[in-house]
Amino acid sequence: MSATGTAVCAGTVLRARRQRISPLGYTGIGLAVLAAVSAVRVATGASDLTSSGTVGAALAAAVPIALAGLGGLWSERAGVVNIGLEGQMVLGTLGAGWAGYQYGPWAGVLMGLLLGALGGLVHAVATVTFGVDHIISGVAVNLVAPGLGLFLAKLVFRNAPGGGQKQSPPVRDVRHLTAPYLTSWLGSLERRQWFLVSDLAAVLRGLTFQISTLTIVAVLLLVATFVVLWWTPFGLRLRSCGEAPYAAESLGVNVRRYKYAAVIVSGAMAGLGGAFLAVSSGQFRDGQTGGRGFIGLASMIFGNWRPGGLAMGAGLFGYTDAMQLRGSDAVHALLLLLGIALLVLTVIQARAGRVVLAAVAGVLGAAFVLWFAATDEVPPELVGATPYVVTLLVLALASQRLRMPKADGQIYRKGDGG
Amino acid sequence: MSRFSRRSVLLGLAAPVAALLFAALVSAIILGTTGHAPLDAFQAMLASAKRPRTVVNSIDSATTYYFSAVAVAIGFRMNLFNIGVDGQYRLAAMLSAAFAGATFMDGVPAVLRVAATIVMAMCVGAMWAGVAALLKVARGVSEVISTIMLNAVATAVVSFLLNPHRLAVSVAGSNNIGTRPIGSGGQVPGFGYPGTSSRVFGLILLAALVGVLYSLVLTRTRFGFELKATGMSEPAAVAAGVSVKRMVASAMLLSGAVAGLVGMPQLLGSSYSYSLDFPTGLGFTGIAIALLGRNSPIGMAFAALLWGVLDQSANVLDITGVPKEIVAIMQGVIVLSVVVAYELVRRYRLRLEQRDVGRALGTTEAPPSTPTPVAAMV
Repeated sequence: MSATGTAVCAGTVLRARRQRISPLGYTGIGLAVLAAVSAVRVATGASDLTSSGTVGAALAAAVPIALAGLGGLWSERAGVVNIGLEGQMVLGTLGAGWAGYQYGPWAGVLMGLLLGALGGLVHAVATVTFGVDHIISGVAVNLVAPGLGLFLAKLVFRNAPGGGQKQSPPVRDVRHLTAPYLTSWLGSLERRQWFLVSDLAAVLRGLTFQISTLTIVAVLLLVATFVVLWWTPFGLRLRSCGEAPYAAESLGVNVRRYKYAAVIVSGAMAGLGGAFLAVSSGQFRDGQTGGRGFIGLASMIFGNWRPGGLAMGAGLFGYTDAMQLRGSDAVHALLLLLGIALLVLTVIQARAGRVVLAAVAGVLGAAFVLWFAATDEVPPELVGATPYVVTLLVLALASQRLRMPKADGQIYRKGDGG
Repeated sequence: MSRFSRRSVLLGLAAPVAALLFAALVSAIILGTTGHAPLDAFQAMLASAKRPRTVVNSIDSATTYYFSAVAVAIGFRMNLFNIGVDGQYRLAAMLSAAFAGATFMDGVPAVLRVAATIVMAMCVGAMWAGVAALLKVARGVSEVISTIMLNAVATAVVSFLLNPHRLAVSVAGSNNIGTRPIGSGGQVPGFGYPGTSSRVFGLILLAALVGVLYSLVLTRTRFGFELKATGMSEPAAVAAGVSVKRMVASAMLLSGAVAGLVGMPQLLGSSYSYSLDFPTGLGFTGIAIALLGRNSPIGMAFAALLWGVLDQSANVLDITGVPKEIVAIMQGVIVLSVVVAYELVRRYRLRLEQRDVGRALGTTEAPPSTPTPVAAMV
């Protein structure tokens, strides 16, 4: 079975191989980016650009986005678009708030996961069994979930101690872990403010200091998703449902069952992301997700429907999210960084012979640099738009390599392959 | 078989009615299991819905929802998903409110001033949708993703502009801020209704006009034909000489222009200023209503009215001790079950037609058909 399954996806694998960069290459790119950020930090004096506090906050902000993105990855790899991630996240926050305040944080996490999976099941029933348009079903899930959340909140939280109409009683946070010895040494290195070295130390310290156990779980899930989807027969069959469902069907894959599994896991991941939000902020609140389900979806597209890219996208969103809460000079320096990134893109696109794209990127890049030079701070209201603008820019200017699963979003009817 | 045969009309009505009943049932079960009396809640809503004030408010909400639904439906007709109606109308309402309330507009004659405000709103809506159209046409970016992003950017832009240093002024007697109020010369008067001081939005006439135009363009013009053709089968449309890119751009721009109107009834008929408490999320309501009304101008009008009645009569529930969010749940269930119901009806109709064909061809047995709904549920 797995041999024939391989044939289904051989084309995809080959194409992916050709553009893959070696781990060493990624390390080099990462260091180059950090060097650029470091140079901007030294030039502008905005130490918050790379402080360990920023990195830690970015990581915490990235986790729910990455979990939602993982949810999107699971379902879209099986060919089902899941716009309902946002609603499933809301269900996750609700479950975590409800079980969390009564039975402790881990019970809350479990409940959030289950409720999210339930949201996924609704989406699966609508899209897989009834052949409803995926976007429509997702929109419906997004309509029901907040209503249900608020309805139940008014019923069960209003009379609970410390709860209210729109919020649950306090939930304890899960345990936070710190790498022993390492962080104090890295901290002293960070305070030296050396070019690149201090920044590297700050990043490492941010990633090892007071890390929520749930963050570690999320990282493990990211790795597990990669292993399951790309290295096991189950994953191969699941992805074949997203690429060529009728071919998979002809090879004996029960496409419906795989789609169901994928969408339920998808909802569970989003629910876990919601649970992370509730547990780490200490309670369920109405409107807590704030569109993170959609951002998760964007981060997955940004990452070309792959776990590694998704993590990078989520990291970028988390970083700009964390920036909002930091000093205004750091946000201002972000303008320069964005301008430089666009100018680098200009060079890349020009070398590839795409003149129009290069010109657009160049003009935008120059505009950001000018904006940086002409002002002293960014209006705080606009900072929140950064991740969305960056996503739009990436989609508009650098997305020629994005390739979604071939049958993504298409309605599958068993036996209709013709 | 005639288009309006008894069977096709019955089948057409079956899906929405079934969805409504199913949604009522689900709500009743939720109410019952959470210790409320479903019948009491429904009765309270019904009693509230009959009050003149609720009637007027429902009609007013429906007017607003209708614009939003038409904006979404224009995209739907060619498989474009304009999730961005939400951002488009908020930005349009905010900018046109600032424009209409500006001091230099005080001397402009009323008709011209209102017309200019409305045109301004349509232009802003079209412009914001145009960004998504450009990305789609030039770079192939999915409009679903780009409009989601643009919604968030619009939120940031509106909160940036709605600042006392820029386009906003403090609202007297509260800590709310909004654009400078539009003077009486720039307002649209409403219609009275017996038994209440609330007034029906004057712009309900504009909503009716938009509905008629929408219907005429789709059924009587070449553009409408090409729009529907592209939505039904892109390869066939391309083969017939339709430029898909041009259709995408014009449909998106039109959708955005109508989206710009969403905030107008509220702005010109009741609040006269865009402030922090201007209604949000109407774009998503429009998606639900377009789905329920199947993109039909009449169907969407009924759906908008239903939505308005549900929303307005829900307010009474909180007094009776039932969280009014039960209505939000009901609405979501309606959307989901109506599309499922349409799919089931479609399968059923296909079977009926196959049977008709079989009979006409003289064979006694029906040709193999798609699985029955019951079998499909397993």
